[in-house]
Amino acid sequence: MAGMTKSEFANPVINWIDTRLPIFTMMQKEYGVFPTPKNFNYFWNFGALAMVNLVIMIITGIFLAMNYQPNTELAFSSIQHIMRDVNYGWLIRYVHQNGGSMFFIVTYIHIFRGLYYGSYKYPRELLWILGVVILIIMMATAFMGYVLPWGQMSYWGATVITNLFSAFPIVGPKIVTLLWGGFSVDNPTLNRFFSLHYLLPFVLVGVVFLHVAALHITGSNNPLGIDVKSPQDTLPFHPYYTVKDSVGICVFLAVWAAFVCFYPNVLGDPNNFIPANPLQTPADIVPEWYFLPYYAILRSVPNKLLGVCMMFGSLIVLFVVPWLDTSPVRSLRFRPLMRPLIFVWVAAVIVLGICGAHKPEGIWVILSRVATVWYFLHFLVIMPLLGKLERPLPLPESISHPVLGPRGGGPLPGGAPAKPMEKA
Amino acid sequence: MADPSATAVPHGPEVTKRDFLLLVTLSGAVVGAGAIAWPLIDSMNPSKDVLALSSVEADLTPITEGMGITIVWQGKPIFVRHRTPAEIKEAQDVTLSELIDPTDGLDKERVKPGKEQWIILIGICTHLGCVPLGNKPSDPRGEWGGWFCPCHGSQYDTAGRVRHGPAPLNLALPPYEFETDTKIKVG
Repeated sequence: MAGMTKSEFANPVINWIDTRLPIFTMMQKEYGVFPTPKNFNYFWNFGALAMVNLVIMIITGIFLAMNYQPNTELAFSSIQHIMRDVNYGWLIRYVHQNGGSMFFIVTYIHIFRGLYYGSYKYPRELLWILGVVILIIMMATAFMGYVLPWGQMSYWGATVITNLFSAFPIVGPKIVTLLWGGFSVDNPTLNRFFSLHYLLPFVLVGVVFLHVAALHITGSNNPLGIDVKSPQDTLPFHPYYTVKDSVGICVFLAVWAAFVCFYPNVLGDPNNFIPANPLQTPADIVPEWYFLPYYAILRSVPNKLLGVCMMFGSLIVLFVVPWLDTSPVRSLRFRPLMRPLIFVWVAAVIVLGICGAHKPEGIWVILSRVATVWYFLHFLVIMPLLGKLERPLPLPESISHPVLGPRGGGPLPGGAPAKPMEKA
Repeated sequence: MADPSATAVPHGPEVTKRDFLLLVTLSGAVVGAGAIAWPLIDSMNPSKDVLALSSVEADLTPITEGMGITIVWQGKPIFVRHRTPAEIKEAQDVTLSELIDPTDGLDKERVKPGKEQWIILIGICTHLGCVPLGNKPSDPRGEWGGWFCPCHGSQYDTAGRVRHGPAPLNLALPPYEFETDTKIKVG
């Protein structure tokens, strides 16, 4: 492997660096001329949006950590200090706080994109698995971040979530004591949560790097779900998708800014304006909106251990989705039965979310049970069976020559096929 | 981004519409990045509660002649020393030419009129920021009877003027006023 790179950059400084460490050649290859299917729709923005979101969370988080005190006596008031005394502290904190929700919005849409267009199928299974790992680390990070303000919801959320582990037989209580560093959620818990909340985003950066690296090996999927067959099917990443991503980023940042400036607390819980009180649980204890579906699954099962297993199982099942789905067709555009059923599954998740926000009584118990059953039914029964039973629509010959029909090929970049594509 | 092979746009010496668009986009991005960076940078400046700690008061009655105390103002040590008549005399007899740093070098420039027995200084050595010794009579006070910095051996006289290096400047004077004969307010 030893030997200097032959760099093609004209700028002598860039050339000098690139010869010794070919990062510019790499960037040019992976983000400049990288051949990308030319039929992306806006669903393909969400990976880039999630990346931007992660970077903003890390930057705002670093500045918040300069003013935050991870101590049960000081944590709550240090947040007020950030909001009132620190220059622009309110802005940095609201960007970070709402950024958590934004992160889940874009990630959930990104995951839906993967499910709808079959992005998890051969050869992108590992890419998908890395994505599920990212989701789980992200959830752990968000949970621990929510504990840091040390309000009532922080405290009782921490208590309830860590107590999940007590469901496991024999070792359960030992695990909980280990997580807490004591016999209740207290200062040692807050300290370690702060430490891990600072660490995990950088772990995320690492896994995201692997996720992107794997993506650049297999290449991107596309709305038709068929493989790239010739250079005519692709466009260079720059400027086509750098510009398309930039448009998405502008809209995304505008939505985020609207939350920060006009509705900074609409996604939060008013109980978290009350300092943590270990002696009194709030009357309505709910997690943040992005955890509500899992919370509903947990509560829909009357058995403690089974409920916990179902909740974790709802995430674990995602790991094996590439093997549960037996259909060789990726995009649901060509799967007339699966296509409506994925929306039923989305509806089940939304119903679970709504159930999670209500007290578990009456209709909400029944609804959440039905939706929980459907959640698992979709993955464990419908996916394997439908792949064998369903008769898919004819696939287009290539991205450039889609079959005719109402939604045959989707919108194509105007005039793109006329361009000479010798670089790609 | 500047690599022409990626865009396949013919580049000539003439300025094209694309050059203009690129410049406008880049300038927009730079202005945006600056606007985003400023709140983050400004958050590292002193916060409102730090700025609010702008003054402290000190009672002078317990300080006997020859003694000094240290009070804290904005996180810094403030020396308040009750000088003996001999020390005042010594401080007043110095001429500017004897000093390393003649700025505010006369003793009357370093005390309030009529309160020559009270010398009030920011107790931070002007060399590298250590706190000099000398408030207690038992401390080493150096050859000039004022303060002695243990870090690198700088010496100050009874008016807080540097008389022996490496410190380049006299001890700084904090803003203060006498509220009564026995009470000062620093800041």
